[in-house]
Amino acid sequence: MAEKFDVIVVGAGMAGNAAAYTLAKAGVNVLQIERGEYAGSKNVQGGILYAQAVEALIPEFRESAPLERHIIEQRIWVLNDKSYIGTHFRSDNFNEERPNRYTLVRAQFDKWLNGEVKKAGATVITETTVLELLKDETGKVNGVRCDRENGEVRADCVILCDGVNALVGSRSGVRKEINSKEVALAVKEMHFLPRDVINERFNIQESEGVVIEILGTVTEGMLGTGFIYTNGESLSVGIGVIVSDLMKNRINPSTLLEKMKSHPSVAPLLKGSEVKEYSAHLLPEGGYDSVPELSGNGWMVCGDSAHLLNAIHREGSNMALTSGRLAAETYLELRDKGQPINAENLKKYNQKLENSFVLKDLKKYRRMPHIMLENKQFVTMYPDLLAGAAETLLRVDGVDKKTKEKKITKDFRSARGIFGLVGDAFKLVRAWR
Amino acid sequence: MHIVVCIKQVPDSAQIRVHPVTNTIMRQGVPTIINPYDLFALEEALRVRDRFGGKVTVLTMGPPMAEDSLRKALGYGVDAAVLLTDRAFAGSDTLATSFALATAIEKLHQEDPVHIVFTGKQTIDGDTAQVGPGIAQRLKLQQLTYVSAIRDVDSAGKSITVERRAEGGTQVLKTTLPCLITMLEGTNTLRRGSMDDVFRAVRSEVRTWSARDAGVEDITKCGLRGSPTVVKKVFAPQPRMEKAQQIDALGKSPAEIADETINMLFTASNQLGDDILKLTEAI
Ligand SMILES: Cc1cc2nc3c(=O)[nH]c(=O)nc-3n(C[C@H](O)[C@H](O)[C@H](O)COP(=O)(O)OP(=O)(O)OC[C@H]3O[C@@H](n4cnc5c(N)ncnc54)[C@H](O)[C@@H]3O)c2cc1C
Ligand SMILES: Cc1cc2nc3c(=O)[nH]c(=O)nc-3n(C[C@H](O)[C@H](O)[C@H](O)COP(=O)(O)OP(=O)(O)OC[C@H]3O[C@@H](n4cnc5c(N)ncnc54)[C@H](O)[C@@H]3O)c2cc1C
Repeated sequence: MAEKFDVIVVGAGMAGNAAAYTLAKAGVNVLQIERGEYAGSKNVQGGILYAQAVEALIPEFRESAPLERHIIEQRIWVLNDKSYIGTHFRSDNFNEERPNRYTLVRAQFDKWLNGEVKKAGATVITETTVLELLKDETGKVNGVRCDRENGEVRADCVILCDGVNALVGSRSGVRKEINSKEVALAVKEMHFLPRDVINERFNIQESEGVVIEILGTVTEGMLGTGFIYTNGESLSVGIGVIVSDLMKNRINPSTLLEKMKSHPSVAPLLKGSEVKEYSAHLLPEGGYDSVPELSGNGWMVCGDSAHLLNAIHREGSNMALTSGRLAAETYLELRDKGQPINAENLKKYNQKLENSFVLKDLKKYRRMPHIMLENKQFVTMYPDLLAGAAETLLRVDGVDKKTKEKKITKDFRSARGIFGLVGDAFKLVRAWR
Repeated sequence: MHIVVCIKQVPDSAQIRVHPVTNTIMRQGVPTIINPYDLFALEEALRVRDRFGGKVTVLTMGPPMAEDSLRKALGYGVDAAVLLTDRAFAGSDTLATSFALATAIEKLHQEDPVHIVFTGKQTIDGDTAQVGPGIAQRLKLQQLTYVSAIRDVDSAGKSITVERRAEGGTQVLKTTLPCLITMLEGTNTLRRGSMDDVFRAVRSEVRTWSARDAGVEDITKCGLRGSPTVVKKVFAPQPRMEKAQQIDALGKSPAEIADETINMLFTASNQLGDDILKLTEAI
């Protein structure tokens, strides 16, 4: 006899933990299935955690969650081969009692959050992979099949939180497979350095943290970004590029990472560090147009598996946490009203997402992935033009300022043409709106 | 038949980092695993149970979080688990560890007579290979170390036949039960538990014993107080001499083996040929 639960949650990442926690807290008999050795063992986030999404689950999470540093400064660097031009924003307002953003190590955080899920009363099993959804005669999803002997488990509702590959859904025919234009491949290294050294190099104290987002020629004309995050005693250093671009150019992302690490503005930050961890992971970056069907007869899908990630602002964990929570809340509402868990009723989950920042933000940037994929000048030509302009202005060499300005305008015009420039500006504005 | 398997939770040495500045081992955040050698003991115990019937109990001494390792073992199909945990056990060396484990096994034996105790060959952190023999000595069990396979168990006749790795070959040994076996690595492949095993692993009760629960009477034999080992200094050793060379002797004639040996000696030392020539000239 197969075991039977109210709800099965597939995956113990951000989305799965949020869903399972919310359900277990409300007394639902929930089974969470994770393929890794423990929650977090497969997770590779850089990563920044946005407090609000966790607070919505566990208001006092700061007291026990493993957090690295709270972020007080954000830098955006546009690199060409020799220089960077960028903006920094730093504020003492971020040194608040309940800080807004933290760096963290996912392996530890997920393990902690999953511990809370267990404490709330969920049944959690690990080292078990869900292969596909099971359906009854009417086509309603009523369980999952796992990769173990006697691997069938039944439930009224299955919440898919199986991450970016979304294999369970595509294998079960409830969605199409992911496409190489929609996903970025990120490689990341952990560079260990003593806390004091990090504090000095980044001009911070105690548990203050800095985030550097990097774009420009480091991606060799492909669509992608790099990052450096300060953890307590390490730096997360990585770069991510759209997979179809990598395939077209036959470039290995680790080559790009090596290049970024040796950039004259980056190398001094990493000097003398010990690299211990190397990892690679996909990110769903197709935006709103890549979001699949979010629910169906007996199932819902959350987080990366539902392509809920805002690549522009590097927000994924909060979307995963929020969507997982909203899926659970949808189930709870139906349960409380005694309504059946069918396709029509589960549409409430889609509505909840539409009404939250999750789909609102993805909708706002709906055009961005397409525009960026087709307009590589943003990552190839502009970094050089901007750096050139800055250098021309700053170098004091007896040439008058008016001549300098003329040179800059000429450089921009001859590179892109007046229509190109106006067009690019227009595209950017459109993408942003 | 009742089989007890001792497992130790150890830091995953593959993930231990040495602090680049202070050169000390950074244990914080290092995941723990079941001592890899113990998994061979665990699988062999399960095989014996599957072939000859009975039950398998896993036993560990460690901090409360060592429960994770026990649950993992339950997921492979083990029947029961006991966690020995008590502040009094902190700082145990091999003497105190084997004392505590032996006392607990004695207690298990009173509940349900124990026929075989399995341990791993050694651990990846302490590396002493002393705990198994220590338990055997205290419980007056027959001791079979470096075992590579269990051939037969005759629980009626109370005997066991095993294969044991020894210098230059394999010994086949037969002895009486109860016995203690330290299991060699690489001798079997751990099974994957069924879905039922996995559910049992999360739901089963792990019995948690304090020193008193386990039947320890003399607390001074436990933990730091019961541990005469003193670590005086920790240092990185000089690299040892070169690795010994082996000749595969199976199915070869004595003449062939002799040829091969001489060949090896002459390749190892260029000087040797000249020396022998000089000697023969002298004669
Ligand atoms: C390099 C990198 C840096 C990032 N940086 C940030 C950042 O700074 N800030 C931010 O907010 N987001 C960041 N993200 C994105 C963020 O990590 C994801 O959006 C988030 O982890 C999504 O959570 P999730 O629960 O949907 O998926 P995941 O966290 O990937 O969890 C999915 C879980 O499901 C399990 N699983 C998969 N398939 C199965 C199966 N068949 N059966 C059982 N279990 C299964 C997996 O093992 C995994 O544990 C980053 C991502 C990467 C790769
Ligand atoms: C030189 C030295 C210094 C030490 N320093 C310290 C110290 O500073 N602090 C400290 O706390 N401890 C210390 N110890 C104790 C040591 O780390 C072990 O906890 C204990 O002595 C077991 O020895 P071992 O790991 O070598 O096991 P081995 O004898 O190599 O293990 C053989 C088998 O015994 C079984 N076994 C071993 N330990 C357990 C257990 N706990 N539970 C169940 N089964 C087990 C397993 O099956 C294992 O495969 C030290 C030991 C030595 C020799």
